[in-house]
Amino acid sequence: MSRLPVKKTYKLYLGGAFPRSESGRTYEVEGANVALASRKDLRDAVRAAREAFPRWAGMTAYNRGQVLYRVAEMMEGRKGQFAELTGSEAEVNSAIDRWVWYAGWADKLAQVLGSSNPVAGPYFNFTIPEPTGVVGIVAPEEPPLAGLVSRLAPAVVGGNVAVVIASERRPLAAVTLSEVLATADVPGGVVNVLTGRKGELSPVLAGHMDVNALDLDGAGDNIAELERLAAENVKRIVRNGEGQSPWHAAAFLELKTVWHPIGV
Amino acid sequence: MSEVEKRQDRSPVPSAFEYASAPESREIVRLEERYGLFVGGEWVEPRSEEYAPSVSPRDEEPLAEVAYAGPEDVDLAVRAARDAYENGWSDLAPSERAKYLFRIARILQERSREFAVLESLDGGKPIRESRDVDLPLAAAHFFYYAGWADKLEYAFPNRRPRPVGVAGQVIPWNFPLLMLAWKVAPALAAGNTVVLKPAETTPLTALLFCDVLRQAELPAGVVNIVTGDGRAGAEIVKHPDVDKVAFTGSTEVGKEIQRAVAGTSKRLTLELGGKAANIIFDDAPLDQAVEGIINGIYFNQGHVCCAGSRLFVQESVSKEVVAKLKRRMGTLRVGDPLDKNTDVGAINSQEQLERIRALVAIGEEEGAEIYQPPCRLPEKGWWFPPTVFTNVAQSYRIAQEEIFGPVLSVLTFRTPAEAVEKANNTPYGLSAGVWTEKGSRILSMASRLRAGVIWANTYNRFDPASPFGGYKESGFGREGGLHGLAPYLEFDES
Repeated sequence: MSRLPVKKTYKLYLGGAFPRSESGRTYEVEGANVALASRKDLRDAVRAAREAFPRWAGMTAYNRGQVLYRVAEMMEGRKGQFAELTGSEAEVNSAIDRWVWYAGWADKLAQVLGSSNPVAGPYFNFTIPEPTGVVGIVAPEEPPLAGLVSRLAPAVVGGNVAVVIASERRPLAAVTLSEVLATADVPGGVVNVLTGRKGELSPVLAGHMDVNALDLDGAGDNIAELERLAAENVKRIVRNGEGQSPWHAAAFLELKTVWHPIGV
Repeated sequence: MSEVEKRQDRSPVPSAFEYASAPESREIVRLEERYGLFVGGEWVEPRSEEYAPSVSPRDEEPLAEVAYAGPEDVDLAVRAARDAYENGWSDLAPSERAKYLFRIARILQERSREFAVLESLDGGKPIRESRDVDLPLAAAHFFYYAGWADKLEYAFPNRRPRPVGVAGQVIPWNFPLLMLAWKVAPALAAGNTVVLKPAETTPLTALLFCDVLRQAELPAGVVNIVTGDGRAGAEIVKHPDVDKVAFTGSTEVGKEIQRAVAGTSKRLTLELGGKAANIIFDDAPLDQAVEGIINGIYFNQGHVCCAGSRLFVQESVSKEVVAKLKRRMGTLRVGDPLDKNTDVGAINSQEQLERIRALVAIGEEEGAEIYQPPCRLPEKGWWFPPTVFTNVAQSYRIAQEEIFGPVLSVLTFRTPAEAVEKANNTPYGLSAGVWTEKGSRILSMASRLRAGVIWANTYNRFDPASPFGGYKESGFGREGGLHGLAPYLEFDES
């Protein structure tokens, strides 16, 4: 008496919801019909991210850290599913541990990256990191889960919001990750995940005037052209690569210096 | 004190203060008739064979002929920098590198009057500012970064910092020597060598700086100065053997540079334009705030990327603030940059003067109300009186575009939220000012304004220990402080 399994529809993750592409298009990959996001979907994702930015950036760092830790908790609960999608339990473990590691950084970045500055005059002067805003991430093709998490976690830990273009050949892990994010108290719009053709979506992301920074590691051989497009609004180009580091988080942060006179 | 206050309240405005002129002697400056390029520790004739005069904006007097470097000249300079980097400088003990920088700082202090006079002659800024701001800060920058040279592993623990290589640096005309110091000091402290191009209208203090390098006995080729116009700057930016590009200047050129380095492994920092909001709340100490407004926009003729060019005044005090501001503007002395009484000097170039005039004309056409205090401008040279626009709408070009001159736009607001909304409504994000006696409001405004430098109850303060740089289209990367070292270092993280 075999039971026919219920298959999942793999959709976009946009503003906290899971819509199909407004274009109605899909492409068949990894045995599923995955949404083929349009340029309009990408622009909608940027708008959703921008709207989510004040709330996420305005949370206390302690709170943000707890939310990211909860992402790890939710992933742990779906480990089997991720292992099946990635084909590597080690990759899933490292992705989960990476969230835990960055969760712990949320309320430490300012102390490691900021400073109190001894200026030559009667002024109190300090420098603190602040999020740059909307971050565009073109995720690497492989590994499909850890590659994305390694670039996404350092972007959002400091208060940025993200628009992700998932691995084109292996997008299912990214879509499943967005289901985790949706149930981990990450406010809608903080992370938006698009699946589809990088060649179609990346130039729109790179040239978008409301995107502040880009991690183009997964963009393939098109990087020079994308970086040229990025110059139109002086986007920060982030080249973090693999691994984990507070400096990877710092690459998505601005530094703000505040002066105030000291007197009586 | 009470007498001063009384005098300030006197009407009509005390514009009739007459000061006997107090000119600073220019005897201390000895200029060559013609300058070549400073490459590999020597003066060389430009292969381009091009020269052009550097002209004083105070009377349009040609001060000296300066070389205009071509592609071949830039290539030679980069080769000299690479050679110096490979053969000595990068192997030098960091503590020795530090001592060269300390020497440069000391020599700048010793020769500061000479540099200040030349800066005012060549660029048009008041001697009071070049003497009291540009020179002390330039020397302080070298002194500050000198100390970092042998302490980099403490600045960046566990990151194994090492120099990037050859830094190509292009600087603007508003703070010529100070911008040189901001660029050269951290680059050398981190162990790099440098090719620097000063602005075409203000090359002379950078050329005089080469004599400081001689006195400091800095090894040949560690710092190379190539003068010229934007073409030389573009050659530096695109030179394949330049590892790091640092630029201060307009957002427009900054974008071109970002496009030019796209797809390369070159490191880039940009310090670009601004349209800073200076926000006055009704509880602010208004007389102090007015001083801050004046300093914010008329300092260095408004040729300041972080100038407080958009004034936001809370509606309830706007009439009072504007009245006080106009009265204070009447006491500004516009004139000879070499006169020690001068507050507002000459506009740096004919081209910049035309740009200011054009935008001011547009402001009047758009419907803003203009006020300029009565002042006699010298007949020769390039001048623009301190100007304030009231009745300005957010959509006016004078409220959106960087004018880079002594022109202030006044807008009003009712609530802190409205002030934040309006202040942030710009593609720029370099700096902002906030004036209020309420501490919690200062902190909330400081955190909500999207700008890299926030001056609360002060404006236009600079210090080598204080990181400076912008958000959004005002650029990226920081100059000053520990943070200003990072762009000049590579890291081998474990």
